[in-house]
Amino acid sequence: MSNETIQYFKGLYTLSAPDAPALKTFSGKSMDDFSKWGLPGPKHEEWKYARVASLFRNDLKFSVEVPSVSESDIDPFRLPGNGTATELVFVNGLYSQALSVIRHPATDIHALSMEDAARAEYGDFIAQNLGHSASYHPDGIHALNGAFAGKGLFLRVKKGRILEHPIYIYHVTDSRHGFPFAQPRSLVHVEDGAQVQVAEQYINIGGQDSFTNEVIEIVAGLDSVVDYYKIQHEGPLANHVGTTHIRQAGKCLTNSVTITLSGGMVRNNLNMIMESEHGESHMYGLYLLAGKTLADNHTIVDNVKPHCFSNELYKGIMDDESTGVFNGKIFVRKDAQKTNAYQSNKNILLGEKASANTKPQLEIFADDVKCSHGCTVGRLDEEALFYLRARGIGEQNARALLLHAFALDVLANIKHEGLRTYVDALISERLGFNI
Amino acid sequence: MYEENDDILGEVTSSEYKYGFVTDIESDDAPKGLNEDIIRFISAKKKEPGWLLEWRLKAYRHWLTMEEPTWPNVQYPAINYQDVIYYSAPKQKIAPNSLDEIDPELRRTFEKLGISLQEQKRLTGVAVDAVIDSVSIATTFKEELAELGIIFCSMSEAVQEHPELVRKYIGSVVPPTDNYFSALNSAVFTDGSFCFIPAGVRCPMELSTYFRINAANTGQFERTLIVAEAGAYVSYLEGCTAPMRDENQLHAAVVEIVAMEKAEVKYSTVQNWYPGDKDGHGGIYNFVTKRGICQGDYSKISWTQVETGSAITWKYPSVILKGDYSNGEFYSVAVTNNMQQADTGTKMIHLGKHTRSRIVSKGISAGKSNNSYRGLVQVGRNATNARNFSQCDSLLLGDKCGAHTFPYIEVKNNTAVVEHEATTSKIGEDQIFYCNQRGMDTETAVALIINGFAKEVMNQLPMEFAVEAQKLLAISLEGSVG
Repeated sequence: MSNETIQYFKGLYTLSAPDAPALKTFSGKSMDDFSKWGLPGPKHEEWKYARVASLFRNDLKFSVEVPSVSESDIDPFRLPGNGTATELVFVNGLYSQALSVIRHPATDIHALSMEDAARAEYGDFIAQNLGHSASYHPDGIHALNGAFAGKGLFLRVKKGRILEHPIYIYHVTDSRHGFPFAQPRSLVHVEDGAQVQVAEQYINIGGQDSFTNEVIEIVAGLDSVVDYYKIQHEGPLANHVGTTHIRQAGKCLTNSVTITLSGGMVRNNLNMIMESEHGESHMYGLYLLAGKTLADNHTIVDNVKPHCFSNELYKGIMDDESTGVFNGKIFVRKDAQKTNAYQSNKNILLGEKASANTKPQLEIFADDVKCSHGCTVGRLDEEALFYLRARGIGEQNARALLLHAFALDVLANIKHEGLRTYVDALISERLGFNI
Repeated sequence: MYEENDDILGEVTSSEYKYGFVTDIESDDAPKGLNEDIIRFISAKKKEPGWLLEWRLKAYRHWLTMEEPTWPNVQYPAINYQDVIYYSAPKQKIAPNSLDEIDPELRRTFEKLGISLQEQKRLTGVAVDAVIDSVSIATTFKEELAELGIIFCSMSEAVQEHPELVRKYIGSVVPPTDNYFSALNSAVFTDGSFCFIPAGVRCPMELSTYFRINAANTGQFERTLIVAEAGAYVSYLEGCTAPMRDENQLHAAVVEIVAMEKAEVKYSTVQNWYPGDKDGHGGIYNFVTKRGICQGDYSKISWTQVETGSAITWKYPSVILKGDYSNGEFYSVAVTNNMQQADTGTKMIHLGKHTRSRIVSKGISAGKSNNSYRGLVQVGRNATNARNFSQCDSLLLGDKCGAHTFPYIEVKNNTAVVEHEATTSKIGEDQIFYCNQRGMDTETAVALIINGFAKEVMNQLPMEFAVEAQKLLAISLEGSVG
């Protein structure tokens, strides 16, 4: 990476450096790390398939000024049930209070910009928890997001509150006036006993080249239940690098569903940090790719404490010239005895030039554990197709039916009915159901 | 039950390496260090033709531009490549014509290792090439094999007697530029075995090479080349041991296999280099490049390995499935104990159509050791109907050891079917309880379970080797794991 790129971001950093001490130290360190490490190249083991450096073209534009985007620009992309859900909006990576609508009462949640939160009573919490993910991602692209964390969102779900309606986070990039680079950052604190569903939706207005580099960190308290959904359907020119970092601060249940339906180069990191005994987590992923899309899903389950359970299922369907990448790591630390960790990755290759790269990885330092992983790469079962066709179902529909069934294992884990129907419709449309 | 298991594991760590003796023979050494003069010295010692010297120098110059790989999951202090003796040969006045002329001290060494160089070995039907330090000492059954047209001799002999074959195939599967250690090996390799099976011949006996590092401070860099012409079959065995020494010794070998149309090569290894003592002092660094190519259609290469020795193992026997309908197999049991580290696995590169591969890897870790499986299954764009099945299981004995898996799967063809599954666990208390209940003591029960765990791989070994391997497994994990 050129020195110019570093200088470019340094200049912008100086313009926007946060003054609250809780943020200042972290952003400053992140900026230093970025200057030191630069962008990860293809020799970086974690970035072997996702070539991120080539996205830093000369016309890439990063700004700390909120561009003008109106509510009506967002309207077509709003998720179902938006009349009751809280909608938090980022524009080009900057949290926009003006566009956000908080529909939950103040007794349930508190959402504000990271800078405001750091200045208010959340300074200590931010100082302790913001950037916990950094040690898992010692690379320039992750550090670069941290440098601008002040422009992000702080969300608190208050103790013991069971939220019936979800919280939607919309990430809007406006590609109508150039190639935007957005760096949204969020820190979510789900307090003890609270239950919440958080869904992230990505919106590319203009449909031209865009690049989002996101980090969201969720701290889940004792006995809390967190359901996290990530829906990527931004069109083929939207590039994405995102890290979702979920920490189990107390015994709790955390679930995650990641759906990737389109994009240019898409890289998703998902970290589940099992740092309390008896924690449970479920991770599901579906990548349904076409064109030249590359979707790279990296997951880490870090079992720090004993008696945790985790289950992971990622499924991919690759058409045309698309590439699906899966890298799942399960770490079992020395003291994490009685860990049960399962992982499975299944891929179907449809396109003649499609590729699947998968690397399920186990690193185990405790002996009394049960861990397993499995992965498959294959094509549609000819006999199942024949079975359907013999019963009068056309080839197109028979294929769609089988692929839909394949996807359903993941889809069924979206608990919010409206959201599930919404994603199902997107998938059915893609598979070309015609009944 | 925990305590009882701990006791048994305690015994494991106390079991000694039984091949750790040193043979007192005079040897002819090159000075320490590595430079172009040393390479010229080795080449001159072996009376090599000019092209081979050039080939070595080219490899050396390339090596100088390379960096030692750091990606394996192993830790060791930096190796000083100038502190190694690159050539060491037992001093022998004349070349032996028959086995009787071999230094009796040397013969006794191999007898102690349980390898008889005597003709009575005929009964077991194994032809042996014995390599001590840098040179091949003796090859048995050469005449009988020659009648069938099979060439089985040391690499240096092959260079003298069959230069055209050596020149054609050497470096064709593992080019000198392939990796850091293959470049080093290409520059300084001293001996090894050469084996050529002509078209349509089924080799009537097992061919075997026995490697022994004896002299101190030496590195062993042997190079093995096996060529099976169309329709040929050979089963090849390799065994290795070394004395117990406090310093680490380097072993960087290269094995190349070429299988032409309908040929089949079965390569079995029982690797028992000195693993170092309980605290991790000494032991062999085993950095080996092994690769076979299924050049012709319907050819087959199968690797079977039992890895019990070495302080550090870094080895990935691979198969390039180039011919259509070719078949690659990899069976491995890797046992690590005490401070041993192993990063081993395989690569299956599917290029031809209708190619098949199968991987079965069993890792057993005890003590404070770390055992990693690292594998690559790659299906190329044109490899229609490729099929792979991989299974890697790890068994953990003790709470201070680690087991890791890094399987890479890269598929570029939509007709491929690739499956991978892996498990990690310890021996279940319920399994031991079940055995106890039927009157078996815990030790026998653990032995039984381990045996069952490794059986799928053990069954692949030729009979002559299976016995040795079973015993080795028993010694390596004495007490707890039978």
